[in-house]
Amino acid sequence: MNNFAVYLLVMAGVTYLIRMLPMVLIKKKIRNRYVLSFLYYIPYAVLSVMTIPAIFYSTSDVISAIVGFLTALMLAYMKKSLLTVAAFSCIAVFAAELIIKII
Amino acid sequence: MKENNNFAEGIRDGIPICLGYFSVAFAFGIFSVESGLSILQTLLISMTNVTSAGQLAGVPIIVAGGTLIELAVAQLVINLRYALMSVSLSQKLGYTVKLIDRFIISFVNTDEVFAVASGKKGTVGKKYLYGLILTPYIGWSMGTLLGAGAGNILPASVVSALGIAIYGMFVAIVMPEAKKSKATALCVLVAIMLSCCFRYIPALNTVPAGFTVIICAVAASALFAWLAPVPVEYEEVETDE
Repeated sequence: MNNFAVYLLVMAGVTYLIRMLPMVLIKKKIRNRYVLSFLYYIPYAVLSVMTIPAIFYSTSDVISAIVGFLTALMLAYMKKSLLTVAAFSCIAVFAAELIIKII
Repeated sequence: MKENNNFAEGIRDGIPICLGYFSVAFAFGIFSVESGLSILQTLLISMTNVTSAGQLAGVPIIVAGGTLIELAVAQLVINLRYALMSVSLSQKLGYTVKLIDRFIISFVNTDEVFAVASGKKGTVGKKYLYGLILTPYIGWSMGTLLGAGAGNILPASVVSALGIAIYGMFVAIVMPEAKKSKATALCVLVAIMLSCCFRYIPALNTVPAGFTVIICAVAASALFAWLAPVPVEYEEVETDE
Protein backbone atom coordinates (compact mmCIF):
# COMPACT_ATOMS: atom_id res chain seq x y z
CA MET A 1 0.00 0.00 0.00
CA ASN A 2 1.33 3.40 -1.00
CA ASN A 3 1.30 6.26 1.45
CA PHE A 4 -2.32 7.15 2.29
CA ALA A 5 -1.62 10.85 1.80
CA VAL A 6 -0.58 10.22 -1.82
CA TYR A 7 -3.76 8.24 -2.51
CA LEU A 8 -5.81 11.01 -0.94
CA LEU A 9 -4.08 13.66 -3.01
CA VAL A 10 -4.62 11.82 -6.30
CA MET A 11 -8.24 10.98 -5.52
CA ALA A 12 -9.20 14.46 -4.36
CA GLY A 13 -7.09 16.14 -7.04
CA VAL A 14 -8.70 14.32 -9.96
CA THR A 15 -12.19 14.90 -8.58
CA TYR A 16 -11.54 18.59 -7.98
CA LEU A 17 -9.98 19.26 -11.38
CA ILE A 18 -12.98 17.70 -13.13
CA ARG A 19 -15.30 20.05 -11.28
CA MET A 20 -13.14 23.13 -11.17
CA LEU A 21 -11.73 23.46 -14.70
CA PRO A 22 -15.01 23.89 -16.61
CA MET A 23 -16.38 26.33 -14.07
CA VAL A 24 -13.24 28.45 -14.00
CA LEU A 25 -12.50 28.32 -17.72
CA ILE A 26 -15.99 28.95 -19.09
CA LYS A 27 -16.76 32.48 -18.05
CA LYS A 28 -18.52 33.73 -21.17
CA LYS A 29 -22.22 33.28 -21.61
CA ILE A 30 -22.80 30.74 -24.35
CA ARG A 31 -25.01 32.13 -27.14
CA ASN A 32 -25.32 29.18 -29.49
CA ARG A 33 -28.96 28.08 -29.45
CA TYR A 34 -28.21 24.37 -29.83
CA VAL A 35 -25.65 24.40 -27.01
CA LEU A 36 -28.02 26.41 -24.78
CA SER A 37 -30.81 23.94 -25.43
CA PHE A 38 -28.47 21.06 -24.71
CA LEU A 39 -27.46 22.65 -21.41
CA TYR A 40 -31.10 23.28 -20.56
CA TYR A 41 -31.95 19.57 -20.91
CA ILE A 42 -28.77 18.24 -19.27
CA PRO A 43 -29.72 18.63 -15.58
CA TYR A 44 -33.07 16.89 -16.00
CA ALA A 45 -31.56 14.11 -18.10
CA VAL A 46 -28.66 13.56 -15.68
CA LEU A 47 -30.95 13.43 -12.64
CA SER A 48 -33.39 11.08 -14.34
CA VAL A 49 -30.62 8.71 -15.37
CA MET A 50 -29.21 8.73 -11.86
CA THR A 51 -32.62 8.18 -10.27
CA ILE A 52 -34.05 5.40 -12.42
CA PRO A 53 -33.54 2.53 -11.91
CA ALA A 54 -31.16 3.23 -8.96
CA ILE A 55 -33.98 4.45 -6.69
CA PHE A 56 -35.51 0.96 -6.67
CA TYR A 57 -32.35 -0.39 -5.04
CA SER A 58 -31.80 2.49 -2.63
CA THR A 59 -33.58 0.86 0.32
CA SER A 60 -33.42 -2.65 1.79
CA ASP A 61 -36.49 -3.77 -0.15
CA VAL A 62 -37.66 -3.08 -3.73
CA ILE A 63 -41.30 -2.85 -2.60
CA SER A 64 -40.61 -0.19 0.00
CA ALA A 65 -38.53 1.67 -2.58
CA ILE A 66 -41.46 1.63 -5.02
CA VAL A 67 -43.73 2.99 -2.28
CA GLY A 68 -41.20 5.74 -1.58
CA PHE A 69 -40.84 6.51 -5.28
CA LEU A 70 -44.60 6.80 -5.83
CA THR A 71 -44.86 9.05 -2.78
CA ALA A 72 -42.12 11.28 -4.20
CA LEU A 73 -43.78 11.37 -7.63
CA MET A 74 -47.12 12.35 -6.16
CA LEU A 75 -45.77 15.07 -3.89
CA ALA A 76 -43.48 16.42 -6.61
CA TYR A 77 -46.44 16.57 -8.98
CA MET A 78 -48.19 18.69 -6.36
CA LYS A 79 -45.10 20.94 -6.42
CA LYS A 80 -44.13 20.34 -2.79
CA SER A 81 -40.70 21.56 -1.68
CA LEU A 82 -37.56 19.43 -1.96
CA LEU A 83 -37.45 18.89 1.78
CA THR A 84 -41.10 17.81 1.94
CA VAL A 85 -40.72 15.39 -0.94
CA ALA A 86 -37.47 13.92 0.40
CA ALA A 87 -38.74 13.62 3.97
CA PHE A 88 -42.08 12.05 3.09
CA SER A 89 -40.52 9.52 0.74
CA CYS A 90 -38.27 8.45 3.65
CA ILE A 91 -41.28 8.19 5.95
CA ALA A 92 -43.19 6.20 3.31
CA VAL A 93 -40.27 3.76 3.01
CA PHE A 94 -40.05 3.41 6.76
CA ALA A 95 -43.80 2.76 7.05
CA ALA A 96 -43.81 0.34 4.14
CA GLU A 97 -40.98 -1.71 5.64
CA LEU A 98 -42.75 -1.77 8.99
CA ILE A 99 -45.90 -3.10 7.31
CA ILE A 100 -43.92 -5.64 5.27
CA LYS A 101 -42.34 -6.92 8.48
CA ILE A 102 -45.72 -7.29 10.20
CA ILE A 103 -47.23 -9.13 7.22
CA MET B 1 -32.70 38.21 -15.11
CA LYS B 2 -33.21 37.75 -11.39
CA GLU B 3 -30.17 36.80 -9.35
CA ASN B 4 -30.76 34.59 -6.31
CA ASN B 5 -28.28 35.86 -3.77
CA ASN B 6 -29.68 35.20 -0.32
CA PHE B 7 -27.49 33.23 2.07
CA ALA B 8 -30.39 32.07 4.27
CA GLU B 9 -32.29 30.83 1.24
CA GLY B 10 -29.21 28.85 0.20
CA ILE B 11 -28.96 27.29 3.65
CA ARG B 12 -32.65 26.39 3.51
CA ASP B 13 -32.35 24.79 0.08
CA GLY B 14 -29.30 22.90 1.34
CA ILE B 15 -31.17 21.19 4.18
CA PRO B 16 -32.77 18.39 2.14
CA ILE B 17 -29.39 17.75 0.55
CA CYS B 18 -27.82 17.66 3.99
CA LEU B 19 -30.45 15.17 5.14
CA GLY B 20 -29.83 12.89 2.17
CA TYR B 21 -26.08 13.22 2.46
CA PHE B 22 -26.08 12.39 6.10
CA SER B 23 -27.46 8.93 5.39
CA VAL B 24 -25.26 8.26 2.38
CA ALA B 25 -22.15 9.52 4.19
CA PHE B 26 -23.10 7.46 7.21
CA ALA B 27 -23.19 4.35 5.03
CA PHE B 28 -19.86 5.35 3.47
CA GLY B 29 -18.32 5.76 6.93
CA ILE B 30 -19.36 2.26 7.94
CA PHE B 31 -18.11 0.83 4.64
CA SER B 32 -14.75 2.58 4.76
CA VAL B 33 -13.91 1.56 8.33
CA GLU B 34 -15.02 -2.01 7.68
CA SER B 35 -12.78 -2.00 4.60
CA GLY B 36 -9.82 -1.24 6.84
CA LEU B 37 -9.28 2.53 6.82
CA SER B 38 -9.10 4.49 10.05
CA ILE B 39 -11.80 6.92 11.17
CA LEU B 40 -9.53 9.87 10.44
CA GLN B 41 -8.64 8.60 6.96
CA THR B 42 -12.31 8.04 6.21
CA LEU B 43 -13.21 11.54 7.33
CA LEU B 44 -10.36 13.07 5.30
CA ILE B 45 -11.56 11.29 2.15
CA SER B 46 -15.07 12.69 2.61
CA MET B 47 -13.89 16.19 3.38
CA THR B 48 -11.59 16.39 0.36
CA ASN B 49 -13.68 14.52 -2.24
CA VAL B 50 -17.34 15.18 -1.46
CA THR B 51 -18.57 12.59 -3.92
CA SER B 52 -20.38 9.40 -2.97
CA ALA B 53 -19.77 7.10 -5.93
CA GLY B 54 -16.16 8.16 -6.38
CA GLN B 55 -15.36 7.55 -2.73
CA LEU B 56 -17.09 4.17 -2.69
CA ALA B 57 -14.98 3.13 -5.67
CA GLY B 58 -11.79 4.64 -4.30
CA VAL B 59 -11.67 2.99 -0.88
CA PRO B 60 -11.30 -0.61 -2.14
CA ILE B 61 -8.48 0.48 -4.47
CA ILE B 62 -6.64 2.18 -1.61
CA VAL B 63 -7.15 -0.73 0.76
CA ALA B 64 -6.00 -3.24 -1.85
CA GLY B 65 -2.88 -1.16 -2.47
CA GLY B 66 -3.85 -0.46 -6.08
CA THR B 67 -1.85 1.77 -8.37
CA LEU B 68 -2.31 5.52 -8.42
CA ILE B 69 -3.18 5.31 -12.12
CA GLU B 70 -6.00 2.90 -11.33
CA LEU B 71 -7.28 5.24 -8.66
CA ALA B 72 -7.05 8.28 -10.91
CA VAL B 73 -8.80 6.57 -13.85
CA ALA B 74 -11.59 5.25 -11.61
CA GLN B 75 -12.21 8.75 -10.26
CA LEU B 76 -12.09 10.23 -13.73
CA VAL B 77 -14.65 7.80 -15.16
CA ILE B 78 -17.04 7.97 -12.23
CA ASN B 79 -16.77 11.72 -11.73
CA LEU B 80 -16.59 12.94 -15.33
CA ARG B 81 -20.28 13.82 -15.15
CA TYR B 82 -19.29 16.68 -12.87
CA ALA B 83 -17.51 18.33 -15.80
CA LEU B 84 -20.83 18.38 -17.61
CA MET B 85 -22.53 19.84 -14.54
CA SER B 86 -19.83 22.48 -14.09
CA VAL B 87 -20.23 23.56 -17.72
CA SER B 88 -23.98 23.82 -17.20
CA LEU B 89 -23.67 25.61 -13.87
CA SER B 90 -21.09 28.06 -15.27
CA GLN B 91 -23.96 29.48 -17.35
CA LYS B 92 -26.15 29.95 -14.30
CA LEU B 93 -23.72 31.98 -12.19
CA GLY B 94 -24.64 35.60 -11.47
CA TYR B 95 -22.50 38.73 -11.49
CA THR B 96 -21.59 38.40 -7.83
CA VAL B 97 -19.69 35.16 -8.43
CA LYS B 98 -16.02 36.06 -8.92
CA LEU B 99 -13.11 33.87 -10.00
CA ILE B 100 -12.10 32.96 -6.47
CA ASP B 101 -15.70 31.91 -5.75
CA ARG B 102 -15.65 29.63 -8.77
CA PHE B 103 -12.60 27.86 -7.31
CA ILE B 104 -14.41 27.30 -4.01
CA ILE B 105 -17.94 26.56 -5.21
CA SER B 106 -16.77 24.02 -7.80
CA PHE B 107 -15.17 22.03 -4.95
CA VAL B 108 -18.66 21.18 -3.66
CA ASN B 109 -20.45 21.06 -7.04
CA THR B 110 -22.08 17.72 -6.30
CA ASP B 111 -25.00 16.15 -8.15
CA GLU B 112 -27.42 17.56 -5.62
CA VAL B 113 -25.97 21.04 -5.30
CA PHE B 114 -25.91 21.27 -9.07
CA ALA B 115 -29.47 20.01 -9.25
CA VAL B 116 -30.84 22.53 -6.80
CA ALA B 117 -28.89 25.44 -8.29
CA SER B 118 -30.10 24.47 -11.78
CA GLY B 119 -33.69 24.40 -10.59
CA LYS B 120 -33.56 28.04 -9.48
CA LYS B 121 -35.25 30.64 -11.66
CA GLY B 122 -32.75 33.18 -12.95
CA THR B 123 -29.06 33.21 -12.03
CA VAL B 124 -27.49 32.11 -8.76
CA GLY B 125 -25.29 34.48 -6.77
CA LYS B 126 -22.33 34.05 -4.49
CA LYS B 127 -24.12 34.28 -1.13
CA TYR B 128 -26.83 31.87 -2.19
CA LEU B 129 -24.28 29.34 -3.42
CA TYR B 130 -22.16 29.53 -0.26
CA GLY B 131 -25.29 28.86 1.76
CA LEU B 132 -26.25 26.04 -0.57
CA ILE B 133 -22.90 24.24 -0.24
CA LEU B 134 -22.45 24.81 3.50
CA THR B 135 -25.18 22.58 4.98
CA PRO B 136 -24.54 19.65 2.60
CA TYR B 137 -20.79 19.84 3.30
CA ILE B 138 -21.41 19.69 7.04
CA GLY B 139 -23.91 16.85 6.59
CA TRP B 140 -21.47 14.95 4.42
CA SER B 141 -18.57 15.33 6.88
CA MET B 142 -20.60 14.69 10.03
CA GLY B 143 -22.42 11.74 8.49
CA THR B 144 -19.10 10.17 7.55
CA LEU B 145 -17.63 10.76 10.99
CA LEU B 146 -20.62 9.26 12.77
CA GLY B 147 -20.86 6.32 10.38
CA ALA B 148 -17.15 5.60 10.76
CA GLY B 149 -17.13 6.10 14.52
CA ALA B 150 -20.47 4.68 15.57
CA GLY B 151 -21.90 2.82 12.59
CA ASN B 152 -24.35 0.80 14.61
CA ILE B 153 -25.94 3.78 16.34
CA LEU B 154 -28.93 3.97 13.96
CA PRO B 155 -31.32 1.05 13.50
CA ALA B 156 -31.10 -0.63 10.06
CA SER B 157 -34.68 0.39 9.25
CA VAL B 158 -33.83 4.07 9.61
CA VAL B 159 -30.69 3.78 7.47
CA SER B 160 -32.74 1.99 4.83
CA ALA B 161 -35.44 4.68 4.84
CA LEU B 162 -32.87 7.48 4.59
CA GLY B 163 -31.40 5.76 1.53
CA ILE B 164 -34.18 7.11 -0.67
CA ALA B 165 -33.86 10.77 0.44
CA ILE B 166 -31.50 11.88 -2.32
CA TYR B 167 -33.61 10.27 -5.03
CA GLY B 168 -36.79 11.76 -3.62
CA MET B 169 -35.13 15.13 -3.98
CA PHE B 170 -34.18 14.43 -7.58
CA VAL B 171 -37.79 13.56 -8.35
CA ALA B 172 -38.86 16.84 -6.75
CA ILE B 173 -36.52 18.77 -9.06
CA VAL B 174 -37.36 17.01 -12.32
CA MET B 175 -41.12 16.62 -11.94
CA PRO B 176 -42.26 20.28 -11.93
CA GLU B 177 -40.25 21.03 -15.06
CA ALA B 178 -41.44 17.87 -16.81
CA LYS B 179 -45.00 18.84 -15.94
CA LYS B 180 -44.51 22.29 -17.43
CA SER B 181 -42.73 21.32 -20.66
CA LYS B 182 -43.68 18.37 -22.80
CA ALA B 183 -40.25 18.32 -24.47
CA THR B 184 -38.56 18.04 -21.07
CA ALA B 185 -40.90 15.23 -20.07
CA LEU B 186 -40.09 13.33 -23.27
CA CYS B 187 -36.37 13.98 -22.83
CA VAL B 188 -36.58 12.59 -19.31
CA LEU B 189 -38.42 9.49 -20.56
CA VAL B 190 -35.81 8.86 -23.24
CA ALA B 191 -33.03 9.30 -20.67
CA ILE B 192 -34.75 6.83 -18.32
CA MET B 193 -35.21 4.28 -21.11
CA LEU B 194 -31.54 4.50 -22.00
CA SER B 195 -30.57 4.25 -18.35
CA CYS B 196 -32.66 1.08 -17.94
CA CYS B 197 -31.08 -0.41 -21.08
CA PHE B 198 -27.63 0.11 -19.58
CA ARG B 199 -28.75 -1.48 -16.36
CA TYR B 200 -30.57 -4.55 -17.65
CA ILE B 201 -29.27 -5.46 -21.10
CA PRO B 202 -26.46 -8.02 -20.64
CA ALA B 203 -23.63 -6.53 -22.76
CA LEU B 204 -24.50 -2.92 -21.89
CA ASN B 205 -24.58 -3.45 -18.14
CA THR B 206 -20.84 -3.96 -18.07
CA VAL B 207 -20.34 -0.27 -18.93
CA PRO B 208 -19.09 1.54 -15.79
CA ALA B 209 -21.84 3.56 -14.07
CA GLY B 210 -19.90 6.80 -14.49
CA PHE B 211 -19.94 6.42 -18.26
CA THR B 212 -23.57 5.33 -18.31
CA VAL B 213 -24.72 8.60 -16.78
CA ILE B 214 -22.78 10.61 -19.33
CA ILE B 215 -23.80 8.55 -22.37
CA CYS B 216 -27.52 8.50 -21.52
CA ALA B 217 -27.77 12.14 -20.45
CA VAL B 218 -25.77 13.48 -23.39
CA ALA B 219 -27.69 11.36 -25.91
CA ALA B 220 -31.11 12.40 -24.61
CA SER B 221 -30.16 16.08 -24.25
CA ALA B 222 -28.48 16.27 -27.65
CA LEU B 223 -31.52 14.67 -29.26
CA PHE B 224 -33.96 17.11 -27.68
CA ALA B 225 -31.74 20.13 -28.22
CA TRP B 226 -32.06 19.25 -31.90
CA LEU B 227 -35.77 18.27 -31.87
CA ALA B 228 -37.03 20.96 -29.51
CA PRO B 229 -34.54 23.81 -29.06
CA VAL B 230 -35.46 26.17 -26.25
CA PRO B 231 -36.16 29.84 -26.98
CA VAL B 232 -33.03 31.92 -26.48
CA GLU B 233 -33.29 34.78 -24.03
CA TYR B 234 -31.56 37.85 -25.37
CA GLU B 235 -30.15 39.65 -22.38
CA GLU B 236 -27.82 42.57 -22.32
CA VAL B 237 -24.17 41.75 -23.01
CA GLU B 238 -22.40 41.00 -19.77
CA THR B 239 -19.11 42.22 -18.48
CA ASP B 240 -18.18 39.34 -16.27
CA GLU B 241 -14.42 39.53 -16.69
